[in-house]
Amino acid sequence: MAWDRNQMAARAAQELQDGWYVNLGIGIPTLVSNYIPDGMDVTLQSENGMLGMGAFPIDGEEDADLINAGKQTITELERTSYFDSAMSFGMIRGGKIAMAILGAMEVAENGDLANWMIPGKLVKGMGGAMDLVAGVGRVVVVMDHTSKHGDSKVLKECTLPLTGKAVVDRIITNLGVMDVVEGGLKIVECAEGVTEEELRAATEATLI
Amino acid sequence: MKKIYGSAAEALDGVLKDGMLIAAGGFGLCGIPELLLSAIRDAGTKDLTFASNNAGVDDFGIGILLQTKQVKKMISSYVGENKEFMRQYLGGELELEFNPQGTLAERMRAGGAGIPGFYTKTGVGTVIAEGKEHKDFDGETYILERGIVADLAIVKAWKADDTGNLVFRKTARNFNPPAAMCGKICIAEVEEIVPRGSLGGDAIHLPGIYVHRIIQGEHEKRIEQRTVRTA
Repeated sequence: MAWDRNQMAARAAQELQDGWYVNLGIGIPTLVSNYIPDGMDVTLQSENGMLGMGAFPIDGEEDADLINAGKQTITELERTSYFDSAMSFGMIRGGKIAMAILGAMEVAENGDLANWMIPGKLVKGMGGAMDLVAGVGRVVVVMDHTSKHGDSKVLKECTLPLTGKAVVDRIITNLGVMDVVEGGLKIVECAEGVTEEELRAATEATLI
Repeated sequence: MKKIYGSAAEALDGVLKDGMLIAAGGFGLCGIPELLLSAIRDAGTKDLTFASNNAGVDDFGIGILLQTKQVKKMISSYVGENKEFMRQYLGGELELEFNPQGTLAERMRAGGAGIPGFYTKTGVGTVIAEGKEHKDFDGETYILERGIVADLAIVKAWKADDTGNLVFRKTARNFNPPAAMCGKICIAEVEEIVPRGSLGGDAIHLPGIYVHRIIQGEHEKRIEQRTVRTA
């Protein structure tokens, strides 16, 4: 047994703190917004130029002028503010965003992150990922622990081109939670039904 | 001086030149200068370089200029939605310079603000940093990125007055203000031209000093990813 996508998102939501401004990446990180604890004041940033991102619109109320960074139609909240891309990345680069929760293809034990390109395959671009990992206060990665072929994605060194060097603080996978510390990764907890032995067996990185 | 023109073609008359660098506003298909892009296609201007976060889709946005092979090079952060782009890029017909999204926005802002270069942490230790000057400040390493000054900026706003003061709507603002700022000439297309004074000086998003020509027109405003919840 291991966590499914929603359980990983729910676990990632425990990283949120009251009053924080947070950026959620595409994929599992987007699901984190479903698990923000009641009464906790968290403002979601969309890097195309919005603070205070709301839910998807109900059918018929889509607005072409109101999308998130994944180009999906969304809604606004009472607290919402809009701004241009230069200011948006000014607040990212300037460390005003407390945390980014992002997906990944590979993470290394020193916090290196690869999530934007696979050589030889179609290159789509890094979008805002390099700016986010370089600028925000805390970077949490949420991803499957292993590839479809069973290879570890938690590595000693990334094999793919990097999005950022030594930028990841915490890794949440379907098998558990690990922190990037001096000398390797420290196991914070194992997913429900996963033993430490199973987590270690699925991990190439140094676990201390 | 009159800034309002009757059509996109009239506003572009005498401005377009083969090989020019154009900064375009928009994020995905949101807030893109769709009327000006159509007019550039009709004008047939060639060998264009676009500084634009995205390259549109096959039949909308900058994609329509890829179909006609009018684009030589893109400076973008994400081009994943365009098959014709990929075909031309993999075939060696199109140059591509990837910029991190915030670096691209700041390059435009800086270029418009008279700042020829700036240091940023973004991309340090990645392929983006290769060949760029590195410098340490307070124990952290940064790379030098250059400001962009474009021959022409094309942007889309919601409302303008006749002096070129612009107001954008929701997330359609995105790259439009920094793109406008970095253009030697900026042409804005808007949904509505309103009387001078009616926007309110405190509510202006981009002052008219950055906007040289204005056109008004009907916009398709296509949605790229229609996503809804069940009520």
